[in-house]
Amino acid sequence: MVYSLPEEVLEHVFSFITSDKDRNVVSVVCKSWYEIERWCRRKVFIGNCYAVSPAIMIRRFPEVRSVELKGKPHFADFNLVPEGWGGYACSWIDEMSRSYPWLEEIRLKRMVITDESLELISTSFKNFRVLVLSSCEGFSTDGLSAIAANCRNLRELDLQESEVMDLSGHWLSHFPDTFTSLESLNMSCLGSEVSFSALERLVAMSPNLKTLRLNRAVPLGKLSTLLQQAPQLVELGTGAYSSGIRSDVYSALSKAFLGCKELKGLSGFWDVDPSYLPAFFSVCSRLTTLNLSYATIRSPDITKVINLCPNLQRLLVLDHIEDSGLNALALSCKNLQELRVFPSDMYVADANVTLTEQGLVSVTQGCPKLQSVLYFCHQMSNSALITIAKNRPNLTCFRLCIIEPRTPDYLTHEPLDIGFGAIVKHCKNLSRLSLSGLLTDRVFEYIGTHAKKLDMLSIAFAGDSDLGLHHVLSGCESLKKLEIRDCPFGDTALLANVAKLATMRSLWMSSCAVSIGACKILSRKMPMLNVEVIDENGTLNPKLDNCLVEKLYVYRTVAGPRSDMPGYIWTMDRDSANKI
Amino acid sequence: MGPHEGLGLEITELRLGLPGGSGGGGGEKKRVFSGGGKNGNMDLVVGWPPVCLYKKNNICHVTKMYVKVSMDGAPFLRKVDLSCFKGYSELGMGLEKLFGCSGIGEAMKEESESCEYTAIYEDKDGDWMLVGDVPWLMFTETCKRLRIKRRSYANGSRLHGTNT
Repeated sequence: MVYSLPEEVLEHVFSFITSDKDRNVVSVVCKSWYEIERWCRRKVFIGNCYAVSPAIMIRRFPEVRSVELKGKPHFADFNLVPEGWGGYACSWIDEMSRSYPWLEEIRLKRMVITDESLELISTSFKNFRVLVLSSCEGFSTDGLSAIAANCRNLRELDLQESEVMDLSGHWLSHFPDTFTSLESLNMSCLGSEVSFSALERLVAMSPNLKTLRLNRAVPLGKLSTLLQQAPQLVELGTGAYSSGIRSDVYSALSKAFLGCKELKGLSGFWDVDPSYLPAFFSVCSRLTTLNLSYATIRSPDITKVINLCPNLQRLLVLDHIEDSGLNALALSCKNLQELRVFPSDMYVADANVTLTEQGLVSVTQGCPKLQSVLYFCHQMSNSALITIAKNRPNLTCFRLCIIEPRTPDYLTHEPLDIGFGAIVKHCKNLSRLSLSGLLTDRVFEYIGTHAKKLDMLSIAFAGDSDLGLHHVLSGCESLKKLEIRDCPFGDTALLANVAKLATMRSLWMSSCAVSIGACKILSRKMPMLNVEVIDENGTLNPKLDNCLVEKLYVYRTVAGPRSDMPGYIWTMDRDSANKI
Repeated sequence: MGPHEGLGLEITELRLGLPGGSGGGGGEKKRVFSGGGKNGNMDLVVGWPPVCLYKKNNICHVTKMYVKVSMDGAPFLRKVDLSCFKGYSELGMGLEKLFGCSGIGEAMKEESESCEYTAIYEDKDGDWMLVGDVPWLMFTETCKRLRIKRRSYANGSRLHGTNT
């Protein structure tokens, strides 16, 4: 006889289980657990907004308080997804406004959201607290005004890297006098000036403000005023970091930073005048995050800063840091977990910037906790990659971009197969990998054999044949996201691995060798996949099976084909008249 | 390898060649990239390198900014690249080296009368301005030419309006 615990007890137990994956596992134990779990699920994460519909989500989870949605494919960040592709938040907001009156948090990434939707959010959810719009677009400062005016309990407003139509800097003044709940504000993406008096007023009446990220237009002279009002800040994003030479900005700023005893993270730093850098030196010893990726300061200045930050865990920086700066980082920052080095000159190695593979090797040697790397450089060698792999087997994210496509090992002129092979072999917990340089099918054999925990893989200008893609699809058991551009991968590998695609979130292939005929077959065999062919140029003839597709996006879904596709997307369902 | 070798599902038909056999680099889909030369052909490749647009648009790209510099009494003009300097102090040092006008860097910082020289610049509107009032980057964007003036002690005024 099986005793079952009362529902309330189970619910209470489940309330301690917060991770989505664990929740999903709990829900399939048995029917009664499924029922109990779905009624008490408070947080939903949907990695592809087209994988499921709002109605399905609401039907299964009626009491949700927090929703996170992602829209466009990742390659949209690099301009590979044409305008009008989709990712519209509208239908989600509409349905949630009707069914989730107690919704508190909405987080969107790479989605299109309108002012009307923002207004609907602001009036529909009485307890609304968190709005995060990451790399979103489609809205203006008018929508922000509505949020400011109506969300009485707002705690977080984060517009990270979104494209906002800047109609007026006065949206900040729409926060009422009674509004005191703000904890986090990120407006760094806004192009034009906000009303400074409104900003000052807002900061003054927000005693719980912990994160403040200003936009470039906030002058350095005003920063000290704000810091004096908010010495409790934990994360600060400055505006432009320079001023005229004869002002007393420096001393006021220095004094203000001295007062910020809780500051752990700094970002911003547009237009840096290096002579103003010492103003924040007093906070360096406590810094755990530093984002200098917009600061075109030179290596000696960067090094000076780094040497003062022994507790740094996360550093984002331009390649101006050079190998010398990275050597200093390796010596000073033993707690470093994440490093991102961005290129300052997109195309050609700047003769004045000496950043090579050596800098990265140093850091992997000196920083035992390093887990996540994003590194843009102009040269790499297999021996460096092997050293990196052996130094840092605890890497979980390794994204290397050698700027010139198909660049071989600069010492031996060989492909970089064995180098990346070493990475996947030694770094057993690697979950994200981006490849670059000259690579043959061999590297994919290594990846398929060793990268068993790999969740996301990005490939560009690599491989020789379908065998490469086949190795990945047949070998990488944990693979959920695969994005490929400009590789000679085609029909054979795709059709030999159709079942795999149903276990993944999505597959993107552009400028590869996939034919429309294969897309038709894939679509027919796998009804649970949406197979979307992007034909921007209008040159595709769906009747000619041999015709190669420009861009292909395949994803699993329980919502069927989407109804908001632009004219340049072709699917089997849409052109059923053309089916063979 | 042709992309249309039937749609046979026997992937075992394909075999990995011996090292070097595939010739490295896969000749089929090569786009032409010139190794050297500014902006090679990489302008033409969309979305490469993979830096998100937001970042691309917001990093300040440094381009050369040569402006003429004249000094009272000097027989000929010089040219300086403003993008080489990080700020006013460095500009001051650079000018001192070029013209031997010692103290000009300090003079920019403090409006004292101690230095023999003053630096002024012509902005985009054609007005002559005192160097040092605006943030450095704003200055580099608006400065069209520089002039180092000798103070005139005779009439005690610090700065004459100029029309050069």
